Amino acid sequence: MKDIPPIITGGQIALIVFLSVIALALAVVALLLFVGLVRRRSFREATELEILTMGPLQKFGYRAKRFLFRVPDGAYTLVAVHIPALAKRAWKGICGIFTTLKDALVHGDWKTRCSFAVMGFSYFARKRFARGLLFFALEVFYILYMVLFGGNQLFRFFTMTEGNVVGREEFWNEDIGNWDYRYHDNSLLILIYGTLTLIFTVAFLYGWYKNIKAAYYAQELEEARRHIPTAKEDIHNLVDAQYHKTLLAVPLAGLMVFTIFPIIFMIFLAFTNYDAMHTPDVSNLFTWVGAQNFFTIFTGGIGSGNTQFGRVFGTLLLWTVVWAVFATFTNYILGMLVAIIINKKGIRLKKLWRTVLVMTIAVPQFVSLLLMSQMFGDNGFINTVFGTRIGFLTDHSLLPKVMVILINIWVGIPHTMLMVSGILMNIPADLYESAKIDGAGPVKQYMKITLPYILHVTTPSLITTFIGNLNNFGVIYLLTGGGPLMQEAGSGGAGETDLLITWLYKLVFSYNEYAMASVVSILMFILTAVVSLIAYNRSKAVKNEEDFM
Amino acid sequence: MKRLRSKKAVERGTNAAIYVILTVISIIWLFPFVYLLMQSFRGEPGQATAYFFPKQWTFDNYIHLFTGEGISYKDGLVKATEVKFPLWYGRTLLIALVVTVIQTLIVLVTSYALSRLRFKMRKPLMNLMLILGMFPGFMSMTALYFLLKLLGLTQDMSTVGLILVYVGSSCMGYYICKGFFDTIPKSLDEAARIDGANRQQVFFKVILPLSKPIIIYTILNAFMAPWGDYMFASLIAFGNSNYWNVAVGMREMIQPAALSTYADSFQRFCAAAVIVSIPITVLFFLLQRYYVEGITGGSVKG
Repeated sequence: MKDIPPIITGGQIALIVFLSVIALALAVVALLLFVGLVRRRSFREATELEILTMGPLQKFGYRAKRFLFRVPDGAYTLVAVHIPALAKRAWKGICGIFTTLKDALVHGDWKTRCSFAVMGFSYFARKRFARGLLFFALEVFYILYMVLFGGNQLFRFFTMTEGNVVGREEFWNEDIGNWDYRYHDNSLLILIYGTLTLIFTVAFLYGWYKNIKAAYYAQELEEARRHIPTAKEDIHNLVDAQYHKTLLAVPLAGLMVFTIFPIIFMIFLAFTNYDAMHTPDVSNLFTWVGAQNFFTIFTGGIGSGNTQFGRVFGTLLLWTVVWAVFATFTNYILGMLVAIIINKKGIRLKKLWRTVLVMTIAVPQFVSLLLMSQMFGDNGFINTVFGTRIGFLTDHSLLPKVMVILINIWVGIPHTMLMVSGILMNIPADLYESAKIDGAGPVKQYMKITLPYILHVTTPSLITTFIGNLNNFGVIYLLTGGGPLMQEAGSGGAGETDLLITWLYKLVFSYNEYAMASVVSILMFILTAVVSLIAYNRSKAVKNEEDFM
Repeated sequence: MKRLRSKKAVERGTNAAIYVILTVISIIWLFPFVYLLMQSFRGEPGQATAYFFPKQWTFDNYIHLFTGEGISYKDGLVKATEVKFPLWYGRTLLIALVVTVIQTLIVLVTSYALSRLRFKMRKPLMNLMLILGMFPGFMSMTALYFLLKLLGLTQDMSTVGLILVYVGSSCMGYYICKGFFDTIPKSLDEAARIDGANRQQVFFKVILPLSKPIIIYTILNAFMAPWGDYMFASLIAFGNSNYWNVAVGMREMIQPAALSTYADSFQRFCAAAVIVSIPITVLFFLLQRYYVEGITGGSVKG
């Protein structure tokens, strides 16, 4: 049977959805910027007295107007102040590096100049052997590494699989009298070692620059007849003036190895053809393919394993966003309501109600999720009791999606409840007292004091939750495993409740689609970054960190 | 007078309604846990029964977990090779304990540096961590898997590998702890500095003694996270049941394959869930006060 080519391919839908999200965001920013530029100064804040004299309608008008003018102000500051400032700082930093190098070369004495070639020389010549030795050791280590190992790896990293296409070759081994395997350049290892070598090189260059800067600084100290710190003083400094270096050394090393290296590696991987057909130790080697994978997703091309990546990506992206919105806001609103009724004056047994809900937090989440997946399973408790066979989590309809959101409410409400309870207790009681004296009823108190306070305080956590939900692996994978599987052919194992992150897991774990998975995660990063940049920029709590001190 | 009374009646009405709602909520929230407990004592075979309380009470499900047995539909009681619960439990406990110690240290140290010390790279570093946090953690996981495989830290050494992975980027979780440190008045530091303390002494003798709630919160979080991790644990073990943690192992117990082979797979799962939950739940309720302080404290910086 021949497939009839669809009028619009899934990839095009994906492209349209993805680009329109970004284009919309950009358009909003541009529009606000424009409005902001044109009418930036035409808004005047009303004084307290003026606000009090306004009628309700006027007040609403004033508020709306102020809001409209504040948003462009925010966008204006972002685009016209923050970003240029950032670029300027970066440029200044780069210029600074070269100025230091030039100064050291032009004004440096012979000791400083020798440091360009022999790291730490200046310190040796000025009798500060410990520091000198450290710099020199770095240089020796790097040169040895490059000569013995890294240089070759780096060369191969750029050429990748020159000559060899096959990763594993079968041949008759005379020595053991049997068939044996011969392995060629493993492109995976080349990619890993190459990435590591690149990172080492950057680190070395930084060390080299530091060495020159320090050498020049020591020279200046000497010329001013001031004391150059000895090794003992350096060590003493490490628990005082330079204490941050001591503290952050281990955490940052961990960050480097376990977060930054993998991310760089992943970005490289997205530009290769590492998939089931190109697995170094089993079949062919993989190599650089440029931006081909991105084109495959956006033009609806068919990837390896006949997967229509574009269509699947578009569908899952849409569901991921829908899921994140529902999962975040249902939990937030319902959790807040529960907290408010539990904390209402005159309700007894507050502790009991709270403890019951907290059970869900105390029991490990994977236990409750797996249990739920069983209770609502096809042969699970609910279906057995009612003698039905409703596919709560497996039906090809909206039902599994609704169920996943409902169960997530069950999981998530207690968290919001706990947080909001804590905040409710923190609201100063005199606010309510003065409101009562001014004649405000309970509804008014709620709308004017409680709600704004909670909203104000919880905005950062709301943003974090939203981003966490975009990448919520646990709930989806443990509940439905992403299922039910999409019925269309070429879905690459994606299910109807799969989020992008669970699909990624399947792509890697079951389908060995490493390159494609990398592309998807880069796109996910862009999505998350756009959302959180806009959100964080709007929330004051992040900006005014120092206010609290 | 009449108005007052009617107001009171309204109040009583709302409260009654609230009690009804709260009772319904409590039932919904407790029901699954009671069900779990009941099922773990169920003697009848099969995945689910149409009634709530078991008719045949038994401890066998717990015993079988530790003897590694299961009731097969075909052959009765057999040695179920894939049930290695004590192994998984021990591994997870070990991992959780080690991770707790290291991660707590790292988080405290990072938070102190970012909250109290002022250095040129402070702001850029915080921005960097914010951006790094937006990458889907899973994808860096594949790269880490290759790296660990290269170092020989998968399969046999996967306990070490998992610990490294959990601990590796834990400094990114500094946010709440730093928020807490920020609320400790700076004048305390300054007083100590005037008395001649260096920055290290300020950290150990001034800040840490004042931070009991947040330290406990950090410990609790660090201890609970490895129990629930499915994604990393399954990837690093790569299908070898010897190297699973409890989450991966227990999910395998209720996969269709296991459920259709063993008549007591689900019951054993429930028993395992009870055993896993008890220490964590007890710990949680003991330290609940600090946990609440942690979540509100961290988010209360408005």
